[in-house]
Amino acid sequence: MWKTILRRLLIMIPQLIILSLLVFLLAKMMPGDPFSGSINPNTDPKQIEALRRAAGLYDPWYVQYFRWVGNLFHGDLGTSYIQHVPVTSLIADRANNTFWLSLLTTILTYSIAIPLGITAGRHQDQWQDTGVQIFNYITLATPGFVFYILGLWLFGFTLGWFPISGSVSANASGFWGVLGSRLYHMIFPAILYALIATTGTVQYLRTGIVDNKVEDYVRTARSKGVPENVVFHKHILRNSLLPIAAFLGNTITGLLSGSMIIESVFSYPGMGKLFLDSISQRDYTTLTALILIFGILTLIGNLLSDIIMSIIDPRIRIQ
Amino acid sequence: MEKQSDLLLDIQHLHTAYRLQGKFYDAADDINLTLKRDEILAIVGESGCGKSTIASSIIGLYDHKNTKVTGDILYNELNLVGLNESLFNKIRGDKIGMIFQDPLASLNPLMRVGDQVAETLYYHTDMDEKARHARVIELFNQVGMPRPEEMYEMYPHELSGGLRQRVVIAMAIACKPEVIIADEPTTALDVTIQAQILDLLEDIQRQSHSGIILITHDLGVVAETADEVAVMYAGQIVEKSDVKTIFENPLHPYTRSLLNSMPQSDDTDEDLHVIKGTVPSLKNMPRSGDRFAARIPWIPASAHEVEPRVHEVAPGHWVRCTCWKTFHFEDEDSTQKATAASGE
Amino acid sequence: MAKEIIQIKDLKVYYPIRSGFWNRITDYVRAVDGVNFSINEGETYGLIGESGSGKSTTGKAIVGVEKVTGGQIMYKGLDVTKASNRKKLDYNKDVQMIFQDSMSSLNPRKRIEDIIAEPIRNFENLTTDQERDRVQDLLDIVGMPSDAIYKYPHEFSGGQRQRIGVARAVATNPKLIVADEPTSALDLSVQAQVLNFMKHIQQQYNIAYLFISHDLGVVKHMSENLAIMHRGRLVELGSREEIYKHPIHIYTKRLLSAIPQVDVEHREEHKKHREQVEKEFEENQGKWYDKDGRVYPLQQVAPKHWVALPEDMAQEAELEEREEKESD
Repeated sequence: MWKTILRRLLIMIPQLIILSLLVFLLAKMMPGDPFSGSINPNTDPKQIEALRRAAGLYDPWYVQYFRWVGNLFHGDLGTSYIQHVPVTSLIADRANNTFWLSLLTTILTYSIAIPLGITAGRHQDQWQDTGVQIFNYITLATPGFVFYILGLWLFGFTLGWFPISGSVSANASGFWGVLGSRLYHMIFPAILYALIATTGTVQYLRTGIVDNKVEDYVRTARSKGVPENVVFHKHILRNSLLPIAAFLGNTITGLLSGSMIIESVFSYPGMGKLFLDSISQRDYTTLTALILIFGILTLIGNLLSDIIMSIIDPRIRIQ
Repeated sequence: MEKQSDLLLDIQHLHTAYRLQGKFYDAADDINLTLKRDEILAIVGESGCGKSTIASSIIGLYDHKNTKVTGDILYNELNLVGLNESLFNKIRGDKIGMIFQDPLASLNPLMRVGDQVAETLYYHTDMDEKARHARVIELFNQVGMPRPEEMYEMYPHELSGGLRQRVVIAMAIACKPEVIIADEPTTALDVTIQAQILDLLEDIQRQSHSGIILITHDLGVVAETADEVAVMYAGQIVEKSDVKTIFENPLHPYTRSLLNSMPQSDDTDEDLHVIKGTVPSLKNMPRSGDRFAARIPWIPASAHEVEPRVHEVAPGHWVRCTCWKTFHFEDEDSTQKATAASGE
Repeated sequence: MAKEIIQIKDLKVYYPIRSGFWNRITDYVRAVDGVNFSINEGETYGLIGESGSGKSTTGKAIVGVEKVTGGQIMYKGLDVTKASNRKKLDYNKDVQMIFQDSMSSLNPRKRIEDIIAEPIRNFENLTTDQERDRVQDLLDIVGMPSDAIYKYPHEFSGGQRQRIGVARAVATNPKLIVADEPTSALDLSVQAQVLNFMKHIQQQYNIAYLFISHDLGVVKHMSENLAIMHRGRLVELGSREEIYKHPIHIYTKRLLSAIPQVDVEHREEHKKHREQVEKEFEENQGKWYDKDGRVYPLQQVAPKHWVALPEDMAQEAELEEREEKESD
């Protein structure tokens, strides 16, 4: 078991190297450099040139790459071209916001999707199933941004039930006050996001249950005299949750990086919004750092999924 | 041979119909069978003949919405047809054990095999966890599994086909059922493993005095293990007798044709016997007349009964329709006396 | 003496086993481990074994869909384990395969016409009309109605699909067809039909079959010569007469005794015999297999009979067999 995880971690090393190389080359190809932003009509071009030389921008690419990687190890992701603060601190703030939003969204997604999937699978081809399927088609077909904007307009602007921007109210104070305010800001985008994110899970679970229901081992369980509701929970449902558990790792990291639209619609100061902002502001250092982080998260997500899978499915378990 | 009081199952006028596009069609049509203690009853026939339908009707495992079961299946005076589910769950696994064809598919891939056997005990005995574990080990020993303690912890995919089927058998016999239904228990196994599993079933039966219904398509398996045999064609029992009579003096044209199509002869140049035509599908099953008539077209219609019934031609030997009296193979001279044809 | 069409020489197919931290190749699964036999023109050669014996792998290696680790497959004097020789000899046209599962081996989206015509198109240039005539002829040979060409695989029963599989295999006028469990999924009466058609085609076109099966009854009916495979090697090889009447290797005996007999009268004796053989098999592993559990090389014990034995036992067996025959 530990060996497998260790081996998977080792496999990640070359993956990370390739990822960092790609990200670095991408960054090099982008126009501008740390000094572009400091240029104003009064700057002496020679001075800038000297600064660039001093910063090593004329070194061969691999020297620059290794320096960049070295900085990465020291937690230095560079300085934002636009905001002139270290990218690390820029991201740290946002990462915190996004993390909590993602966690809430994940919890909401599963607490909506799993009951829906079970209902649909259990009552296959009955009205309950039809209902869930209709819901699923709607969430599948509706583009996220349309849904979010509609929600924002209806519940935020018109009814005023939820705040329409930010992550915490400026005048919240005390631990509970801040926590309450944070939750109040998060809950609405999280619900909207979760509703859209349920599609895959509902569909996987429904299909899993429908397929497993007719498996021979379920018939065997029944032939042993196991009551029907136990057959369902112990045999059918458990086995149907397998693919969902397998996606858990990817889901979590996917949410971390994939919340761009919801965050920008709700002006929620998270990583997704930061990413979109850095694109529109051409803040390439931040952008590069974010791409690198998202890439690493994806790798970690895959690793998590593999580990979860090898824990719950004995057929994959490696001795 | 058997005492009448040892009757375990008495199936009378069983009809099991499946719904296909809104209409019900009989997949098992007027089945009459009895199973006695210490008896192996083989139900033999080709795919789609309704033999597995009988098994699922007995144990009550079918899609209740799309299946209609009528008639009586009496188990110790208790009619299993229409029995409510919670009562049926007390019987399944406890009084009636079931063994299926594909041992890998029959086991839950995510559960340790020992726990799967213990599950049967959980629902039918008062044993605590420790006692159940001990009983599973005892069962694993009984079905001839090496290193039972180790086996308990295994997952189905870690076992060979033969061992898996032993687990399934251990599961079926865990509560010492009086009736064991084995639906093609050796079809997915190699011949040498098949022989071992069949021997095991016989041993279990001898020890527990249970009755076994053995459902199979393999005439060899029937000849080696069965006491009584029912031959099925197109949802009906066409011939029923003790095993010796079925193989040494078969009468129904279908039984004879089937035996004849076995590759048994030493002569490689000789063609195997082929039964003309194909089995009609459930929807196209003839509603009246002899269902096998279309496959022996050289036999005149007058030889068949209009509504073929089952006749007792000798004590305990039942044959459907009267066409057997004049039946001969197509290439045989019709004046030749129809003799026992077992391919020899 | 019939002419040999193909010779399998010391055929080996190994699969690597990877293990340890670095996932390095630590050992091999010897799926096929030094197999020798040859098939005569127009004969049916039986290859018997239980699951995992390597019989299917052998078949696939002969058709060229399995990578060969070692040994040679000689066809018309050239080694066809080399792709260049296969091309030169039109080997892929001359050697065809029939599979067990006709449903998954026929493309469900293609009509029967296209399924059967596919191998013809690969190797010959025919006009549409010529091609259709040819397909009709082939369907005729396997007893299928002519309107079958417009239908799809799912519209047929298992036996009919298997006959379509036979027609497709015959389409290129092959010299050898490797039939891997062609009737295992079929009912008895349908099996009879497919086997009969296979035989008729063989007589008509002088095709050789490598008939791979676990069913000793079917192989007995189909083949003149056969080999029995166990643990990737041949344990016994010879004419049908020799193998079925005078089996020598314990594994062959075990296999033969395990076949259910349609002989109710003697079933107790049969069972006793089987138990006896089983006991000998369990107890005398060391005598019939070498210290690694490997099957010994084949030794000739009679003109048409080879058995995997250590050399000293071979001479004994030869004598015994001669005596046995004299007393017959």
